[in-house]
Amino acid sequence: MPAVQETVDRVRQIDVDQYRYGFETLIESEKAPKGLDEDTVRFISAKKDEPAWMLEWRLEAFRRWQTMAEPTWARVDYPKIDYQDLYYYAAPKQKKALASLDEVDPEILRTYEKLGISLREQEILAGVVRPDSEGAPEERRVAVDAVFDSVSVATTFQAELKKAGVIFMPISHAIREHPDLVKKYLGSVVPTSDNFFATLNSAVFSDGSFVYVPPGVRCPMELSTYFRINEKNTGQFERTLIIADKGAYVSYLEGCTAPQRDENQLHAAVVELIAHDDAEIKYSTVQNWYPGNSEGAGGIYNFVTKRGDCRGRNSKISWTQVETGSAITWKYPSCILRGDNSRGEFYSIAISNGYQQVDSGTKMIHLGKNTTSRIISKGIAAGRSQNTYRGLVSAHRKAIGARNFTACDSLLIGDKCGAHTVPYIETKNSSALFEHEATTSKISEDVLFYCVQRGLSQEEAVGLVVNGFVKDVLQHLPMEFAVEAQKLISISLEGSVG
Amino acid sequence: MNVALLKPAPERVPNDLFADARSRLPGTGPVADLRAASFADFAARGLPHRRIEEWKYTDLRALLGQVAPLAAAPDEAALARAKAALAKLDVTGTARFVLVDGVFAAELSDAPAAGVTLRRLSAVLEDETNTVRADLLRTNATGDVMVAFNAALATDGVVIGVADGAKPEKPLHIVHVATQSAVSIATRSFLQLGKNAQATLVESFVTADGAHDYQTHDAVVIWLGDDAVLEHVRLVEDAHDAANISTAIVTLGAKTRFNTFSITTGAHVSRYQAFVRFNGEEAHASINGINLLKERQHGDATLVLDHAVPNCDSREEFRAVVDDSARSVFQGRINVHPDAQKTDAKMMTRALLLSDEAEADNKPELEIFADDVTCGHGATTGALDDSLLFYLRARGLPEKEAQAMLIQAFVGEAIETIADDSLREAAETAAERWLKARS
Amino acid sequence: MSALLEVNNLKVRVEDREILHGLTLTVNKGQVHAIMGPNGSGKSTLSHVIAGKPGYEVTDGEILFEGEDLLAMEPDERAAKGVFLAFQYPVEIPGVATMNFLRTALNAQRKARGEGEMSTPDFLKKVREVCTRLNIPQDMLKRGVNVGFSGGEKKRNEVLQMALFEPSLCILDEMDSGLDIDALRIAADGVNALRTPDRGFVVITHYQRLLNYIIPDVVHVMSNGRVVKSGGKELALELEESGYAQFEDKAA
Repeated sequence: MPAVQETVDRVRQIDVDQYRYGFETLIESEKAPKGLDEDTVRFISAKKDEPAWMLEWRLEAFRRWQTMAEPTWARVDYPKIDYQDLYYYAAPKQKKALASLDEVDPEILRTYEKLGISLREQEILAGVVRPDSEGAPEERRVAVDAVFDSVSVATTFQAELKKAGVIFMPISHAIREHPDLVKKYLGSVVPTSDNFFATLNSAVFSDGSFVYVPPGVRCPMELSTYFRINEKNTGQFERTLIIADKGAYVSYLEGCTAPQRDENQLHAAVVELIAHDDAEIKYSTVQNWYPGNSEGAGGIYNFVTKRGDCRGRNSKISWTQVETGSAITWKYPSCILRGDNSRGEFYSIAISNGYQQVDSGTKMIHLGKNTTSRIISKGIAAGRSQNTYRGLVSAHRKAIGARNFTACDSLLIGDKCGAHTVPYIETKNSSALFEHEATTSKISEDVLFYCVQRGLSQEEAVGLVVNGFVKDVLQHLPMEFAVEAQKLISISLEGSVG
Repeated sequence: MNVALLKPAPERVPNDLFADARSRLPGTGPVADLRAASFADFAARGLPHRRIEEWKYTDLRALLGQVAPLAAAPDEAALARAKAALAKLDVTGTARFVLVDGVFAAELSDAPAAGVTLRRLSAVLEDETNTVRADLLRTNATGDVMVAFNAALATDGVVIGVADGAKPEKPLHIVHVATQSAVSIATRSFLQLGKNAQATLVESFVTADGAHDYQTHDAVVIWLGDDAVLEHVRLVEDAHDAANISTAIVTLGAKTRFNTFSITTGAHVSRYQAFVRFNGEEAHASINGINLLKERQHGDATLVLDHAVPNCDSREEFRAVVDDSARSVFQGRINVHPDAQKTDAKMMTRALLLSDEAEADNKPELEIFADDVTCGHGATTGALDDSLLFYLRARGLPEKEAQAMLIQAFVGEAIETIADDSLREAAETAAERWLKARS
Repeated sequence: MSALLEVNNLKVRVEDREILHGLTLTVNKGQVHAIMGPNGSGKSTLSHVIAGKPGYEVTDGEILFEGEDLLAMEPDERAAKGVFLAFQYPVEIPGVATMNFLRTALNAQRKARGEGEMSTPDFLKKVREVCTRLNIPQDMLKRGVNVGFSGGEKKRNEVLQMALFEPSLCILDEMDSGLDIDALRIAADGVNALRTPDRGFVVITHYQRLLNYIIPDVVHVMSNGRVVKSGGKELALELEESGYAQFEDKAA
């Protein structure tokens, strides 16, 4: 897949202090004034040309946000954020509405080329389905909805998806074109009152993906979004809503990059997934946001609320993530197992190096009958980082036959970092069977010596061991992502050994 | 999730509780000052509630309502009732040190053996020649609010010293007997094992006939000198409507061995919090326990283990059998400090739920800052295994007996770890009693 | 010869699928019946239904044990009546000492039959006898039931129980699975020593080999939930030659 391959090549050169994506695009950007008040919210809503009900929704969220306090229970330490000292909206100036890709600002297109993403439909279509009789394996196709600093610039593959009946568009477009769907589902999995960052997002979200897959449809391609934060001091407030109707299937990939900055940047996204009867949603993330320089300054703050509602019987939602970036990570992709026989899965690799802090994990809430969940979490801490797994597995009183298996393992590289595991296991039902195991250790010196003695460099040896350690999770990533992820993993551990 | 501390409603912490009790609390000067400060701390924070992370699953505000007034010193009648209760103890052959309603009863206690010194806490606190006496109430590295409460109101306790190299044959047995109802009892005891000493410590919490609805607030502070060995068994058999909030603070020297077992079958609300810290290298701790809970009992075991130095190993296993609408809580945190290399720590918690309304909450935590370590934990919750039940039934055991056999096995495996034969038997008896009473 | 076990037109469902499609079988006292068949033919289902394992729904037919309606009885009642199932995969029960388990089970069965409990000395004597006969070291009995036992040891433990409980009907569910020749021989010897004119055996197996050691009186072939052919012990040898395929169509 061309897009991904080019990204991979770029990623190969990254190391902590010389984040290759640390360039700015010199385009005029239209910004809301700094700070956050009701006017800011109205400004954003107006820019998006939103109907009145959407503005009302935002305003309600904003008013609520003003009464809330930032959560402090996570094991992350950061200087106090002055919410009034940020920009909440930045869009590259455009002269008119885009009718085709040719009308996109060439600067923007050039940015995407640098990122290794080609918006040219032909280039993406190259490598598309060949007839099976030719013997060539069917190449997977990825539709890219490129988001550039809070605004979706273009979407490709609309035609193909339209044929299948799949709606995949920026959420700002969906609000205008499918208000009934948006109204029905927005905030139904992560209500505006859920937590401080979700409430903030509800007030000022600027864009994100909207996906609707109609009953019985298997989305013909993997859907993907690349985005980055460009402007100084803007927060990225992405809002994604994915609905798989009865018997539908969709696989969604999320991967992002961000440029170097001096001031910290806030990222407070919300992702809501809804799976109806017999539907399945697979959500994969490779996250490589700027983690801060070698002294620990700068870096993205990633406060994300991701939740999936297995609403229907036999529904399934799986979260797969490889997190290597951000200065601070606070995210707990979760599943509400409401429908009988529904299943939730969480596969995660979280790597921290330098001065990164990660407090991440998942929640599996068993409500329906005979629900199952599986959690495999691999944390790797290096440098002076802190890496915490925080998970909740709970069985409601009526959750007959609930089953969970959790394995969370931590690997420590070097003695200046910390790896922590904080699981909460709550059962209110005797027929629930929950099993949890966790281990923490370092890479065996015997193993390292063996590899080195056989000719591998110290770093290659570490890479080999780490690869084995994360294997269980990598196999759940879609193929393209797995390759990129593997490279990303070894790159993010560069400099951690010796 | 916002962390906004709820201010206690005024009626929850009766201000006169301390004022009324003050005059009979032993110790003046720095001791009295420390008590006042501790109570002020408690009053400001109030009983812990679910927004305090360490008490998330055991909301004492909801479970206790408020703290009961301090018990009066026991009179003759009370001592007689206590004596009757002592006669029924399962554990025999020990050197007993008896605390009745929070006051040491010399006439019901045994004399300490050679190599063992025994003093009443009240005597130490009132000994004005001892310039550091207030420190006994200061032990609260944990910052826990119930430990502060205990410091403020502890009326008595035993201060036991085992000399270097001494190995008293009989177990040292602190027996807490409650004879009054609707009161609070607060005690704090100390055990110091000298270098190379060996001893067994037993703590029993029992009720005299007629006593009900009381609250026991106990703390025990233990130091093991280098090379010392301590076996410790705790049996909580308080009245079915009583509350037992106990804290153990243990500091382990180099090359020590500490094996502790706690079994709780009584009390409506129980919380046992053990803070164990490795202060010397090459020490070993084995921390086990079992909560047997039925009806609407709420049993909480919270263990915090600090690997503060290198080369120590620890094994923790906690089990709970939960029936009816009871609730079991287990929190186990293992902290491995940055220099504690070569730490080997394992923890396992298992909850067996026997009924539809039973509840179990487990939070096994690892906080690890050193890399050359092996740490792991496991947790399982579930009901009795169907395939095991069927095997037993296919061999002729009726359903109830098959269940009982499996529950017994579950409980037995835990109790097996108690080294001392007679103590193990006492624990088995307590467990059997609980099992028989199962409807 | 009187009928020990009568299975008449038995139909059994597991979840949504019917596994036994009208199975009929009669075992008389003193006989050894072998049941052979390919995987999925329903052999284990039959043994589980006779023992009373939950999860199986009988939709038609009956099972009579010594003339009584077996399906109306709880599993422990059936055991007390004299039904013994030697499990294909005997479970491990940590924390329950084997000796304790044997005594409790034996006494539970005796109690159900109105017999008194066996005194401890008598029980120990009996156990010692059986252990010697079967060459089982007695301190294996101090361990948890089947805990740490090899496959062969687990099967021998099942035979030990048969010798102790003296059931009238022994169902051996794939006794040979997971055993090497020596272990197999020992287990088979133990079984053969229990053959009496009053006892019946149902030996369920895949392979003919076991039947060299436990020689059957009657051999049945099961396919697709039914008995499709019955014969003498030569039938087993025929099967060895020709395989099960020939019966697949007959059953359909």
